Amino acid sequence: MSTQTLKATNKELYTKLMQPDVITGSEILLRSLLLEGVDCVFGYPGGAVLYIYDAIHGNPDFNHLLTRHEQGAIHAADGYARSTGEVGVCIATSGPGATNLVTGIATAYMDSVPLVVITGNVMSTAIGTDAFQEADITGITMPITKHSYLVRDVKDISKTVHEAFHIASTGRKGPVLIDIPKDISAHKTAFTYDNKISIRGYNPTVLPNKLQVERLLKAIDEAKKPVILAGGGVVYAGAQEELLEFVNKTNIPTITTLLGIGGFPSSNDLWLGMPGMHGTYTANKAIQNCDLLIGIGARFDDRVTMKVEGFAPNAKIAHIDVDPAEVGKVVETAIPCVGDVKKVLELANQKAKSAQSEAWIEELQKMKKEFPLKYKDDNKHLKPQYVIEMIHETTKGEAIVTTDVGQHQMWSAQYYRFNHPRSWITSGGLGTMGFGFPAAIGAQMGNPDRLVVSINGDGGMQMCSQELAICAIHNIPVKIVVINNQVLGMVRQWQEIIYDNRYSHIDLSGSPDFVKLAEAYGVKGLRATNKEEAQKAWQEALDTPGPVLIDFVVEKHENVYPMVKQGSTIDEMLMGDS
Amino acid sequence: MNTTKHTISILVNNQPGVLQRVASLFGRRGFNIESITVGKSEEEGLSRMIIVTTGDDHKLEQISKQLYKVIDVIKVIDISANPMVERELALIKVNAEPSIRPEIIGVVETFRATIVDIGPKSIMVQVVGDSEKVKAMVELLKPYGVIQLTRTGVAAMIRGV
Repeated sequence: MSTQTLKATNKELYTKLMQPDVITGSEILLRSLLLEGVDCVFGYPGGAVLYIYDAIHGNPDFNHLLTRHEQGAIHAADGYARSTGEVGVCIATSGPGATNLVTGIATAYMDSVPLVVITGNVMSTAIGTDAFQEADITGITMPITKHSYLVRDVKDISKTVHEAFHIASTGRKGPVLIDIPKDISAHKTAFTYDNKISIRGYNPTVLPNKLQVERLLKAIDEAKKPVILAGGGVVYAGAQEELLEFVNKTNIPTITTLLGIGGFPSSNDLWLGMPGMHGTYTANKAIQNCDLLIGIGARFDDRVTMKVEGFAPNAKIAHIDVDPAEVGKVVETAIPCVGDVKKVLELANQKAKSAQSEAWIEELQKMKKEFPLKYKDDNKHLKPQYVIEMIHETTKGEAIVTTDVGQHQMWSAQYYRFNHPRSWITSGGLGTMGFGFPAAIGAQMGNPDRLVVSINGDGGMQMCSQELAICAIHNIPVKIVVINNQVLGMVRQWQEIIYDNRYSHIDLSGSPDFVKLAEAYGVKGLRATNKEEAQKAWQEALDTPGPVLIDFVVEKHENVYPMVKQGSTIDEMLMGDS
Repeated sequence: MNTTKHTISILVNNQPGVLQRVASLFGRRGFNIESITVGKSEEEGLSRMIIVTTGDDHKLEQISKQLYKVIDVIKVIDISANPMVERELALIKVNAEPSIRPEIIGVVETFRATIVDIGPKSIMVQVVGDSEKVKAMVELLKPYGVIQLTRTGVAAMIRGV
């Protein structure tokens, strides 16, 4: 049995919330969320959640943001969660409202993002009758949630919310769905809130096995060419300081996966970049030539391993992860360390000693110099990589950057250098187009004092562009970047390289004028087609207090390199002609 | 690695949808279900599922680990790793004109199965045993003309304490 501390720190509010009043399920839901410390909820009303929205109406403590689409709401909640480390919350109605969340739930599930997703459902008496706007959302989302609830009794609401937050935010984090039938949200009962959690089938392993940690340290001692592969788990566990200490003590070169970016400072000499399909030359070579690979909160995704049979062929693999099912799932693991990444590293740091890695580091440093990320710049075109570099330089690498999915995402991962965790927000596992912009809104809500830059392609921007309205209405100062090449760039790149230049349905030249689109919503729009305009427009965007969209019309034919084709091992890289 | 048959016992919270959670996990992760049974356990509020599956050691480890991720799953045991008792029940309705009945009854008695119903032209046979025995019984009754067959799937338990 564990006790989760309630996060409502305001004593006055806490006393008010804890009154044993007889109230509706909807009011119980709101109080429960507030007791969990929720300060911003993203949602969209509809028939089945009318009681809930009635309770929200006039509630001075409850901060709700109305998006323009349920997909916007859940991606915003996701961005909020990733940037703050708190649980993101969204509300949608039954049927289509709930099914519109599915993409966002799957996105959060793949990337282990803690969300509590609240959906209404039809009256409990009507469930199963194909009632108006009915959908079996718990059934639909079962494979993409960490857990889910269909609440059948108003008395269960507060306990369910408390359990849901506990499950979402502990162990390997993930989305939890609470489906509440309309009548249950209207029924009344006395409010109680029990701070104790007792879920018999749920006891995440937090502390590692000491023997395994000792085996890890022994392996480091024996290794000549060790490498660390740090994933999103480092960021989620808040273990960036422990990782840095571990690297400082062991002197092991470190690679960060797409989601691990920011979990280790890119300014550190021992950082080798990102691995995998669009990874750096040095990171991929390091993996292929290392004799010890220490995966930390990384799940050996196929975009990292590429052809698994040829992955890290000479390495003994150690794997630190909070989810035991990840250990040995993809690659054979010699040293499994199951536990919270922060706790495992804390324990390892007590006795960690430097590896005999001097020659290896020298070899990799030479490689880094010889094969840096590069692109062919010229003064005729605006290169997308240049835009990202410019954003990095002007923001001094201190912004929160969210991206959509595609070429711009990879360029952002490559050319924006992160030194802090929770500053890089991207859909890694599911690769969800339409994610980046609403996620930026959520990140800005969670970090009102930080600069949030949302980098999108011209394709993904059109998948949730309706949320420009939210930015305008609430003056949410997100800087919205469109890397506009008038094409579905990553698809084009594959069709070019793998499908013999057979360009099938990738032409986005009929897209709206993004500047006018922004202005239609009341957001300032700017355009740049060359370097000079780019610098000017970007500076103007930074100087403007509210939201700004900047349409960077870039060189159409640019591709992302290095690139590893599917079916190849990660050291078989296409380097481009740059 | 060897692909072998495994009988897995899963103790779960008796929640609505728990069978779906477990069964869909098998489907989604590409694990095979040869047989699945579920019923109440010795403890109020908990059910026990018995799933017969095939796979090598790596797959079995993954099945177990993935099952433990389901919040309503409390305990997973590969009981076929131990000496165990495995039972399945089948009801077989078979063509049986009165003249042929003594012959069928002879077959049934040899298997220590029982006749649980007799109709004008058919009899219903109940057989309990491991899957091999049930299969053998069905094979022997086939020549008489099986009208209907229903099997429960496997219930199983580790021997001794």
